[in-house]
Amino acid sequence: MMRRSILAALCLATMLTGAARAQTLRVALREDPDILDPTLARTYVGRIAFAGLCDKLFDINETLEIVPQLALSYEWTDPTNLVIKLRPGVVFHDGEALNAAAVKYSLERHLTMQGSFRRSEINVMDRVEVVDPLTVRIVLKTASSPFVSQLTDRAGMIVSPKAAEAAGKDFGLKPVCAGPFRFVERVPQDRIVLEKFPQYWDAGSIKLDRVVYLPIPDSSIRLANLQAGSIELSEQILPTDADAVRSNPRLRLVTSDNLGYWGITINLANGPRAKTPLGSDARVRQAFELSLDRATINQVVYNGLYTPMAQGLSPSSPYYNKSIQPRERDVARAKALLKEAGATLPVPVALTVPNNPDQRQTGEIIQAMAAEAGFDVRITASEYASALSAATRGEFEAFSTGWSGRVDPDGNLFSFMHGGGALNDSHYADPKVDALLDQTRTVQDVAGRRALYAQVVEQLSKDLPIIYLHNPKNVVGLSARVTGFRPVPDGMIRLQGISLAK
Amino acid sequence: MTSSPTALALRRFRGRPAAVLGFIVITLFIVIAVAAPLIAPFDPVATSWTAIRKAPSMQHWMGTDENGRDVLSRVVFGARASLLAGVVSVLIAAGVGVPVGLLAGFAGGRVDMVIGRVVDAMLACPFLILAIALAAFLGPALTNAMVAIGVTAAPVFARVARSATMDTMTHDYVEAARAVGNPPWRVALRHVAPNIIPPVLVQATLAIALAIIAEASLSFLGLGQQPPAPSWGSMLNSAQRFLTQAPWLAVFPGAAIFLAVLAFNLVGDGLRDALDPRRR
Amino acid sequence: MRSHLGGRLLQVLPTILLVSILVFGLQQLMPGDPAVVLAGEERGDPAVLAQIRSELWLDRSLPVQYFHWIGNVLRGDLGFSWRIRQPVASLVLTKLPVTLQLAAMAFLIALCIGVPAGILSAVKRNTAWDYVANLIGLAGLSTPNFWLGIMLILLVSVKLGWLPPSGYVPLAEDWRQSLATTIMPAFVLGNAIAAILMRHTRSAMLTTLDQDFVRTARAKGLNEWVVVLRHAFRNALVPVVTLGALELGTLLSGAVLTEQVFSIPGFGKLVVDAVFNRDYPVVQGVVLVTACLYILLNLLADVLYVVINPRLRDA
Repeated sequence: MMRRSILAALCLATMLTGAARAQTLRVALREDPDILDPTLARTYVGRIAFAGLCDKLFDINETLEIVPQLALSYEWTDPTNLVIKLRPGVVFHDGEALNAAAVKYSLERHLTMQGSFRRSEINVMDRVEVVDPLTVRIVLKTASSPFVSQLTDRAGMIVSPKAAEAAGKDFGLKPVCAGPFRFVERVPQDRIVLEKFPQYWDAGSIKLDRVVYLPIPDSSIRLANLQAGSIELSEQILPTDADAVRSNPRLRLVTSDNLGYWGITINLANGPRAKTPLGSDARVRQAFELSLDRATINQVVYNGLYTPMAQGLSPSSPYYNKSIQPRERDVARAKALLKEAGATLPVPVALTVPNNPDQRQTGEIIQAMAAEAGFDVRITASEYASALSAATRGEFEAFSTGWSGRVDPDGNLFSFMHGGGALNDSHYADPKVDALLDQTRTVQDVAGRRALYAQVVEQLSKDLPIIYLHNPKNVVGLSARVTGFRPVPDGMIRLQGISLAK
Repeated sequence: MTSSPTALALRRFRGRPAAVLGFIVITLFIVIAVAAPLIAPFDPVATSWTAIRKAPSMQHWMGTDENGRDVLSRVVFGARASLLAGVVSVLIAAGVGVPVGLLAGFAGGRVDMVIGRVVDAMLACPFLILAIALAAFLGPALTNAMVAIGVTAAPVFARVARSATMDTMTHDYVEAARAVGNPPWRVALRHVAPNIIPPVLVQATLAIALAIIAEASLSFLGLGQQPPAPSWGSMLNSAQRFLTQAPWLAVFPGAAIFLAVLAFNLVGDGLRDALDPRRR
Repeated sequence: MRSHLGGRLLQVLPTILLVSILVFGLQQLMPGDPAVVLAGEERGDPAVLAQIRSELWLDRSLPVQYFHWIGNVLRGDLGFSWRIRQPVASLVLTKLPVTLQLAAMAFLIALCIGVPAGILSAVKRNTAWDYVANLIGLAGLSTPNFWLGIMLILLVSVKLGWLPPSGYVPLAEDWRQSLATTIMPAFVLGNAIAAILMRHTRSAMLTTLDQDFVRTARAKGLNEWVVVLRHAFRNALVPVVTLGALELGTLLSGAVLTEQVFSIPGFGKLVVDAVFNRDYPVVQGVVLVTACLYILLNLLADVLYVVINPRLRDA
């Protein structure tokens, strides 16, 4: 008994002194990530955990340029041949070497594994060849300019072939990658714990010993935790809480442009519920857009922190079309358009909104604004699972929804606006837009693609399959003790360079 | 006349100031709900972007909400949703549960066995999970939330009705009525049913209290009243984001729920004491 | 007594079977195709949807799915979570201690408040004590849990900074932190049960206080509190214990919103998240386990009732 209590005291003492020296960063996430397997994962917050766990072939920086990570460089030897040079001396968390064979294994796993969510991102890939231990050649079926950008996200994450082979579908329960931190434990809905990986190739940039990701869905509780000092970083602070963070001397608020958008998807041709005035006449959609005041929505719901916009590309993107700006609210013009379209007033609109407070509020504001122009908006707040199924099946008229965004403009437009796009819930299909979108994939230079996207965005702003409302910001709350945090538009928490002041 | 059970119960009820107070509060809420358009100073859904989240003032006694709507008016109109949800879902629960319980208690044997198992099974499933699943199935709407709560609460009524029925069956006059050769349904309706009213009434009052909270919980999860119409639960749902900046958004609907539920509980308690013949 | 217990045990099996059918049937009714939810960004690809459906048996008929599931359950296999691929059994095993700890603490709090308050209000019947105790109890019963939780976090954690606002530390890891993180949710859960316990203690006490042996004890000139505690309370314990077991059962599932508010990774949070994510195996597994526990506790209550109540034991 005596001995045990001494032992306990010793343990406690070592834990306490250890805790004083060890740097543990506690990060609050807005929800619990899904499976921690880069091939099978699909949630945004999962990507945040992967930022600590799994390095990618390439990364992006603050200005959305592609920079080396596990790869040193890439070169297109012709439009379908991509040669990637790998960084030497990189090892996985299990001590295995990261070489060309491992890259080939991982890419093929992403492409062929049953249930892979990476397939659609890289299905243009035909095969991967090992040129030498540090060089791979990726052969594409057709030219694809967005391809390299896919390798800056989960599709570019390289897993240890040995561990992946041994674990099979259960790899996500104990992922083994080559990131700065290795997996320690996960208690679902409670925490994901990672510890520093000493053999990391860029170990010098890692100042933290441990990272704990804590899913805390309630925004006010996230804030309370930050204020109480029980977390050091919250990856999402509600814009309406921004002032509370700013005014607290022990906290810091960092905002950055986000890659995504928020908007109202309108059912144009997806099943019988597309047969509404809104779905069948672009003038009615234009009238609807004119009845809305994006600046007021931004002010009332998002504390003026977000950026009102009228296109699907982020202002941070080099492809953002500056000439397409949100139109001023014009109720008289909206009424005139409705008259021109011969619509009988009030025009009924069934608006599905995600079941969370700020989206419901946005819905209420849209309802009140559109009413003045002659729309009768009925709101249905639907939880995520129901809304998603309904959107896919076309059981909606107008659906308020967003997209987290991708580095390459292709990821924000193609699947939503192309006639055959997998996420084209509105079933918008315009031959001209389809051709333009196809063409963007074959052009490599930025100026050329920009010209094509300018045309796409302009056409979309007339057809309005999605009425874009705003570009959300990444609003991160930090303890003032955290230094070295680098905001990147993709919203990921890169742990390189972060340290905690005493 | 004065010694009739009803009059006696009424007198006992009146002797409990807490119960009478509860009764007065309920009456007040009902008046507010019915006369909401007359009482509310503003349109509960009229927005004003220039007056969002204003603290309580002479003009807006309970302040304004995140869309610049008058909180007092929304609390007043919210009484409709909450009381309706409480009463209607309990009517559904009692309407389903009581006949089933009466049948089980009266018929006994295999019928009782089967009903008993179903009731046990439903009671064994977590109440709120059942309600959430049902509400999600029916789709988010106030009426659907009422049905979901009602169906989920029905087994309790079946159980209460069953045990009251079995109690009553042992009484001499029921046995006498049977012996005389009255058909079973007649005995059940004429002699048994009236006797199970008191416990069911008590249960109903307490269940309304629970149902109001359940509606608030479902609305809190977004499965109840749909925007922009107010209900206390959905007001709390949207108030949650503004707790530190605009606590009045949460305080008033929260207080309204508390008061209404407390009133129903007080009356339920009073009724139980007044109707329980074993209590002196 | 043995035959009584045997009879109860016999009733348990069909009840559990019914629960399993109920749970299984209910979630089939829910809108939202789990395949679409799981497919995420690939939801537009019918091939992906078909693949997910066949992998998860979603393309089979309902009875086939049910018997497949229940067959596995009988062999001790609760399946695995579709969302995070962990076995449901291991999820249940990691979450159960959390909720059990919360339930036990809540119950302890309820006992500490409810029973003394019940005794007090019965002994001091119809005095100011009685009314105040009653009113406080009722107030606890009338406050929505999630609301009380939010208010407590605001006051105790944000304003006063006394306790961590949310999260959970296992008992084995650091018992102080563990208590610190669970005391608020336990209080939120416990105060409602305290009210119920109080009412039952009060009415049980009132009944026994009127009985002959208590009157005799009083007549013998024993100290009033000795009479109350030694004679009346012992007998009043019967319904309290029975009720206690029942309430412990409801606690297991009643923590749903409270766990949500305090981010406690227990059963309630597990199952609510699973419902919203359409993670059917988790919903089925958790509800089945909860229901079994509830039924077991009921059975326990029955046994306790017989054990404590001497009159029934002799019969």
